Amino acid sequence: MKKVFERPKSLTDVHFTYCAGCTHGMIHRMVAETIDELKIQDRTIGVSPVGCSVFAYEFFNFDMVAASHGRAPAVATGLKRSLPECIIFTYQGDGDLAAIGTAEIVHAATRGENITVIFVNNAIYGMTGGQMAPTTLIGQKTETTPFGRDARAHGYPIRIAEMLATLEGSSYIVRTSTHNPQNVRKTKLAVKKAFENQLNNKNFNLVEILSTCPSNWGLDSIQSLKWLEENMIPYFPLGEFKNI
Amino acid sequence: MQEDLIIAGFGGQGIMLIGQLLVYSALEENKNVLWMPSYGPETRGGFANCTVIISNEEIGSPIVAHPQSMIIMNLPSLDRFEDELIPQGLMIVNDSLINRKIKREDINFYLIPATEIADNLGNAKAANMVDLGAYLKIKNVVDFTLTEKTLEKFFANNSSLIELNKKALERGAQEIAKETLKP
Amino acid sequence: MKILMKGNEAIGEGAIRAGCRYFFGYPITPQSELPAYLAEKFPSIGGVFLQAESEISAINMVYGASCAGVRVMTSSSSPGISLKQEGISYLAAAELPCLIVNVMRGGPGLGTIQPSQSDYFQATKGGGHGDYHLIVLAPHSVQEMVDLTYLAFDLADQYRNPAMILADGILGQMMEAVELKEYASEIPHKNWAVGKSQGRKRNIITSIYIDPKVLEQHNLRLQAKYKIIKAHEERAEEWMKEDAEIIIAAYGTVARIAKSVIKKAREKGIKAGLIRPITLWPFPDKYFQDLGKIKRILTVELSSGQMVEDVRLAVNGRIPVEFYGRMGGMVPSIEEILEQIEKINSQIERVKL
Repeated sequence: MKKVFERPKSLTDVHFTYCAGCTHGMIHRMVAETIDELKIQDRTIGVSPVGCSVFAYEFFNFDMVAASHGRAPAVATGLKRSLPECIIFTYQGDGDLAAIGTAEIVHAATRGENITVIFVNNAIYGMTGGQMAPTTLIGQKTETTPFGRDARAHGYPIRIAEMLATLEGSSYIVRTSTHNPQNVRKTKLAVKKAFENQLNNKNFNLVEILSTCPSNWGLDSIQSLKWLEENMIPYFPLGEFKNI
Repeated sequence: MQEDLIIAGFGGQGIMLIGQLLVYSALEENKNVLWMPSYGPETRGGFANCTVIISNEEIGSPIVAHPQSMIIMNLPSLDRFEDELIPQGLMIVNDSLINRKIKREDINFYLIPATEIADNLGNAKAANMVDLGAYLKIKNVVDFTLTEKTLEKFFANNSSLIELNKKALERGAQEIAKETLKP
Repeated sequence: MKILMKGNEAIGEGAIRAGCRYFFGYPITPQSELPAYLAEKFPSIGGVFLQAESEISAINMVYGASCAGVRVMTSSSSPGISLKQEGISYLAAAELPCLIVNVMRGGPGLGTIQPSQSDYFQATKGGGHGDYHLIVLAPHSVQEMVDLTYLAFDLADQYRNPAMILADGILGQMMEAVELKEYASEIPHKNWAVGKSQGRKRNIITSIYIDPKVLEQHNLRLQAKYKIIKAHEERAEEWMKEDAEIIIAAYGTVARIAKSVIKKAREKGIKAGLIRPITLWPFPDKYFQDLGKIKRILTVELSSGQMVEDVRLAVNGRIPVEFYGRMGGMVPSIEEILEQIEKINSQIERVKL
């Protein structure tokens, strides 16, 4: 019998611990497939964040370093500067990257650190139980915005891709989504390009991936994909913001 | 034997430089040396002072509250440090920039018109060397010729500065020979 | 041959000679000469000098480079070291060797840039969260700024533990003659580091142990390591201690002042001596065990009294331990401390009568 589908070598056989309908697993797989395809498993080092993907090092099958909350780009900088021949990526959520770690991501980008960043934006803090994220939409209800996010009280959601694209040091900044197969395929292509760029020593590369959080959004898997499409994409438009 | 010296003036007078000149020279004589600058905002545009310790023994405290000697290059430094000199201590004063009398009667002070002398030599900035020359003439903590040699190394890429500073050192030493220094 | 160097530069030269080629830091007075020195020297020897956007970022870059197995350092002064504490806790938890230099200044808060020793608790008791220790070394001369930098890197690698040089503004700024001894140790191979895997099992560096049973085991292992460090690495200098009745316990700059005080005290017939802790953690308890003729100890610090607690624990009530300190960047004069010694001496005499 011919095997037509298998686990990428760059994933371990540990079962994902993500909630049903969450797209983290899918994004992990795309990263792992890319690393297999580029044949860089033996020299890739991933930096896991604090957040739902805190255990990413359990799932990725290569050297992994766990960073403190928000500091993955700084840790990745230390790694890449001392191991320039290795491929270094961070995997970060919106709380980690766009709130507590804003300084680190902005400066890693502006320095043009030759790393790849996988930024998973689901507009909420997942692991701590559904609090407002820097990317939570106006009107969106969370544990800490029970009456909906009010711009006057909580400020506006931050558009990371657009912001980082303005920096001289960034090379490839793109926003993709996971709400349907077509966009998943586009995401895979973007992830691959973000790694290829690092192999080609092209400065700083970031893929912002719109993702779901059925558990904390209070929706089922299908409703979540629909909610993403209808609410997130209008505020967080998809596309390449920089590609040089 | 241990010599504690505080050199004080304002930024740009070469306070730190003559302190370093002394410790570099003393090190050549295998003495224990310590140079400690004042640091931080107080050194920007305002006060500059440094402590120099030269000793035949292990040097203890890097902080000298009451030194044996002082080179005072301007009035604010005189106001600040005059009371700190030990009794019978030595004070070399840049008289050109000080328009008041020395209050202490229990110290040995020498009023050297250092800025004027340096100006006459062609560059008022060499006033620090004039005062250093005077100091070395009295306190033979390091060999005068050796200090000149250190000076040559410091200004290795500028021979005109070497000549100027050497002359300034010598003129300072000559001042001490005069009897008319004390008021 | 001896050369003249500022204390801050001496640490930089010591680090280079000890094989350190990675520095991540953020500017702050009074340690600025150290990063400036490395920024100038590193490019020609293939080193990486990076000025980070914050202390927080800098310590996490150190974390990343240490994961890669290279010798790496950062330096800062008190407020900046406070910012680094989270990262330091992670480094200790993940057992990552590195050198952290703290050229202390007066606090709390923004405080002053003048010298202080008020970060002793932070350095020795675990300034960040969790049960951990740094190896803390306290130089008292520019020579030791070099020598203890060598030692700090060696101990950090040997025990897989972050090490700290705890200096102060005076030591950083002052210039003395140093002999740059040959660095003789070999940098050990680090099979735990991440990098090109070349067929080995993958390495994971983390400090998360979500199962409390597992985390307790991890803690027990750390504590066992600290016990070994304590047993082997206590260091102190004893100076004129042999016949001393009064001992000054002091480290760093204050120990230098104390040496001058002791000379003057002895001129007055007071038998004074010095115990100078060189390792602040592990605290050199063993040097306080054989008290001999010692009747009193005076601990002097540039703080409200921090190390004195460890001195008292070491002495354990056998003789009185007094304290004298100045704060906020003020430094006690020789005369000031001598007065304390004379006071104590007169009290001892009274007891004798």
